Amino acid sequence: MGAPEIATAVLDVRNLSVAFATHTGPVAAVHDVSFTVAPGETLALVGESGSGKSVTSLAVMRLTPPAPRTRLDGQALFRSRDGTVRDLLAVPERAMRALRGNEIAMIFQEPMTSLNPVQRVGDQIAEAVMTHRPVGRREALDRAEHLLARVGISDARRRLAAFPHHLSGGMRQRVMIAMALACDPALLIADEPTTALDVTVQAQILELLQDLQRETGMAIVFITHNLGVVAEIADRVMVMYAGRIVEQGEVGPVMRAPLMPYTQGLLRAVPTLTVSDGFVPLTSIPGTVPSPTALPPGCAFEPRCPYALPGLCDATTPPLDDAFDGQQVRCLRWDAVAALEARP
Amino acid sequence: MSSATVAAAVLPNRRLAGTSPRSRAWGRFKRHRLAMFGSGVILVLVFAVIFGPMILPFDPLHIDLRHRFAPPPGNGHLFGTDQLGRDLLVRLLMAGRISLTIGFMAMVVSTLIGTSVGVTAGYYGGLVGTVLMRIVDAVLCFPSVFLLLALAAFIKPSILTITLIIAATGWMEVARVVQAQIKALRHRDFILAAEMLGASGRYVMTRELLPNAAGPIIVAATLTVARAILAEAYVSFLGYGIQAPTASWGNMLNNAQQYLNSAPWLAIFPGLMITLAVTSFNFIGDGLRDALDARMDLT
Amino acid sequence: MSIMALTPPPIPRDGPLLRVDRLRQWFSSGGFMSPRLTVRAVEDVTFEIGRGEILGLVGESGSGKSTLGRAVLRVTDLTDGRVVFDGQDVSTLSKRQLRPLRARMQMIFQDPFASLNPRMTVGQIVGAPLRIQNPGISRSEVEARVGDALRTVGLADSHAERYPHEFSGGQRQRIGIARAFVLAPDFLVADEPVSALDVSIQAQVVNLLMEIKRKLDLTILFISHDLAVVGHVCDRVAVMYLGRIVEIADTRTLFRNPRHPYTEALFSAVPVADPSRRRQRILLKGDLPSPLAPPSGCAFRTRCRYAIPACAEAVPPLAHIGGGHQKACIRDDLALQPAC
Ligand SMILES: Nc1ncnc2c1ncn2[C@@H]1O[C@H](COP(=O)(O)OP(=O)(O)OP(=O)(O)O)[C@@H](O)[C@H]1O
Ligand SMILES: Nc1ncnc2c1ncn2[C@@H]1O[C@H](COP(=O)(O)OP(=O)(O)O)[C@@H](O)[C@H]1O
Ligand code: SF4
Ligand code: SF4
Ligand SMILES: [Mg+2]
Ligand SMILES: [Mg+2]
Repeated sequence: MGAPEIATAVLDVRNLSVAFATHTGPVAAVHDVSFTVAPGETLALVGESGSGKSVTSLAVMRLTPPAPRTRLDGQALFRSRDGTVRDLLAVPERAMRALRGNEIAMIFQEPMTSLNPVQRVGDQIAEAVMTHRPVGRREALDRAEHLLARVGISDARRRLAAFPHHLSGGMRQRVMIAMALACDPALLIADEPTTALDVTVQAQILELLQDLQRETGMAIVFITHNLGVVAEIADRVMVMYAGRIVEQGEVGPVMRAPLMPYTQGLLRAVPTLTVSDGFVPLTSIPGTVPSPTALPPGCAFEPRCPYALPGLCDATTPPLDDAFDGQQVRCLRWDAVAALEARP
Repeated sequence: MSSATVAAAVLPNRRLAGTSPRSRAWGRFKRHRLAMFGSGVILVLVFAVIFGPMILPFDPLHIDLRHRFAPPPGNGHLFGTDQLGRDLLVRLLMAGRISLTIGFMAMVVSTLIGTSVGVTAGYYGGLVGTVLMRIVDAVLCFPSVFLLLALAAFIKPSILTITLIIAATGWMEVARVVQAQIKALRHRDFILAAEMLGASGRYVMTRELLPNAAGPIIVAATLTVARAILAEAYVSFLGYGIQAPTASWGNMLNNAQQYLNSAPWLAIFPGLMITLAVTSFNFIGDGLRDALDARMDLT
Repeated sequence: MSIMALTPPPIPRDGPLLRVDRLRQWFSSGGFMSPRLTVRAVEDVTFEIGRGEILGLVGESGSGKSTLGRAVLRVTDLTDGRVVFDGQDVSTLSKRQLRPLRARMQMIFQDPFASLNPRMTVGQIVGAPLRIQNPGISRSEVEARVGDALRTVGLADSHAERYPHEFSGGQRQRIGIARAFVLAPDFLVADEPVSALDVSIQAQVVNLLMEIKRKLDLTILFISHDLAVVGHVCDRVAVMYLGRIVEIADTRTLFRNPRHPYTEALFSAVPVADPSRRRQRILLKGDLPSPLAPPSGCAFRTRCRYAIPACAEAVPPLAHIGGGHQKACIRDDLALQPAC
């Protein structure tokens, strides 16, 4: 295989499937997922808990349990800053380690579990710098101070000496972001980075990420289950359900006129900032995400779908159709659904 | 950060439905080879000491001066005979009854004491907890062999007194483990929920907290058996423990000292029994520790 | 529904169900060897909740919402002030004296993982309130009532034998709700009951809670940092900042006409699921100051964009401004952005 073509994208994931070996047999957690992210672009990965968002991102980072406990199929082509293109699923572990935390960085939902509780934050950031850069400790600490200041932590010099438990949740997440930025990543994967935070702090973090992206041109894959957050930050959205992409496209069209009944449901479930006379029941999606071990036949969303057609939806597995303007949808009846939705 | 810890931090820890914590723990225990080996050894040992002396055609106290120092395997004496011509195997098994009984009983007593102290200290915390744990530390600082011997020198040795003496020097470890576990769980919301219902301190300690400390308690108890057997051997070896003609592994070793050159098997076999029993219990303890690891279930 | 049949309906009385008067809850640490530090987690809080009313309590993490919720349930010993529940002063009752009242006040927790005992089956968890409150209760009655409660929250009787880890977050939250309702209480503190859940599941749980509220005619203190949910659920809302209530009003007034700069900032931070409405938000600078050393005067002044020198002088009192609307800000000249 020669050097693969990935046009301008930083990351081009092709037909990614992830299966875990369990005592009851293989479990397909992610199935045939393809997407791209360009420099300076933010792709939001949305879906309920258990839909495969984290597994997708961990597979790209090769952080899933090693083979044979996990089986990875497909390609994840990554363009380094020097222009070389590599398949992340095929490079040796050593090369992968050199990329992680360097050209590809990741931040997680719970900053406390990802920071070392007994090491000063300055040392942790400095270590992240020294792992990938030929610099001394002094220089690395200076860079750590600069990074802390950059992510909006006041009095950065003094904070270098703080332990994670001295910091609030929002500050810990800023420290995580500072660590992620330590080596100017070309790609940042953020797995629910604001889910555990207050709305006020969430707004600060979203703003910070957008600023940093404007400045460095990094690509961001932003995982969340909150469509409000998607609207704030994303350029494109990819909705996942039961391990598959069910809708993807530009954020405007997808959120204004979602084609997939699941996306519609997710969107309606976000309570709006309004007051009503008396309690008006919130719109929810009935039921829960099916377990990957017990997927319903046909369309996986069929048991929860208000537009499901017996005989069709529970019998035929829908393909990912191209709708319009690059919007893709996995629904057998999307045109009919769109017509029904358009009616007042 | 290793990839395993990253994955553990991110991936939901969902398990198969329909399994109780107990059956999952058993599944993990079964995969621990040394622990399964240890369990096998202990089972065999327990059966042997109970039924062996009934089956074997020798009386442990029968003196047969014509067959003194018969080396193994001789004359139907599989493990040989001692300085009075008594069958060593039967004596080992009879001694095993004593040593294992003391081991188990000391474990029960020290686990009871240790658990009560640990739960009380962990639940109440504050002054009560601090005082209790200081006492634990103080007792722990005292060299336990010394304490053991000091006590044994003053008290008339019998199975019961030896058991109590050993228990008195062995409950602190359990108390510490239990206190740490209870303290960690004390401020979980489910405890608050019980208190919100007007549950008494006793209810919270026994019904809500104790079952969550069962794993560490069982592990500590298993290791305590091993320690108690060893402690009994010490005391008896030094002559303060079980007295002749009743045999225990410790006093058999004591007897064997004089004949170390002429009849080494007299020392080797009791020594082996002690080692086997102690390591087996330690293996089981390790296996249980993995199987009952609170982190695997508490999520 | 069977839950209704559990207890006779409470004798209707006059006045609010809960009255909180200048409540203080401080926590001290250190002492002995290290310097004594006092966190004033709740400071001088006064409010009422009418019968059948839902009062929302919003504010950032660490502002004292949970502490206040626990204090009114008398989980803690109050530092100062009074809590009057249904006409009875409960501020100084002992654990034992509180016990019969426990059946009437319950709590739902935020973390669906920490709030259920992992070693108990769902049946034991939901049955515990019955057993604790009526020690003589028969096994069959517990089973029947646990079954009823589970069905009410949308689970099946057969779930009683399972363990919490076998359930998803949303289902666990339902189990927690069943435990809170099995005794048919009058008053409930819901401490961020849906914050840990996915949006789609959030809606299910909120709807369930409201259905049960209607059936039992409950009074609820609804703690949340999600203002959108609060707007849908609550009759009145109190906004907390660093241990104090800084604004309180009925929901409509608060959303349409907020009068405290902090309330405005909270509203502004809520993400809106409409990409064409990406707004210029009012970003609060920095974090909540440490409650160990709150700023002098108005505690919000370090982050307030309308702060003036006078704000540092004295703690602004929570003043009535008409129609039950109260705010703790010295400036009356502000035109603040409404939520909607
Ligand atoms: N037992 C305690 N000992 C010492 N300080 C405490 C204790 N409980 C709470 N606090 C402090 O009181 C303040 C208020 O805490 P509280 O948990 O009530 O906040 P909250 O508004 O519920 O926040 P969140 O949204 O994170 O739940 C915090 O500064 C907290 O650290
Ligand atoms: N190591 C694993 N072994 C087996 N199943 C797993 C493993 N990791 C994740 N899964 C399953 O894969 C599915 C997708 O999980 P995940 O990607 O974490 O969802 P989310 O969209 O919430 O991030 C879930 O059903 C999860 O239980
Ligand atoms: S294929 Fe059928 S069940 Fe699936 S989303 Fe479309 S209409 Fe609903
Ligand atoms: S009193 Fe001053 S600082 Fe406080 S909220 Fe009002 S304007 Fe802002
Ligand atoms: Mg996830
Ligand atoms: Mg709280």
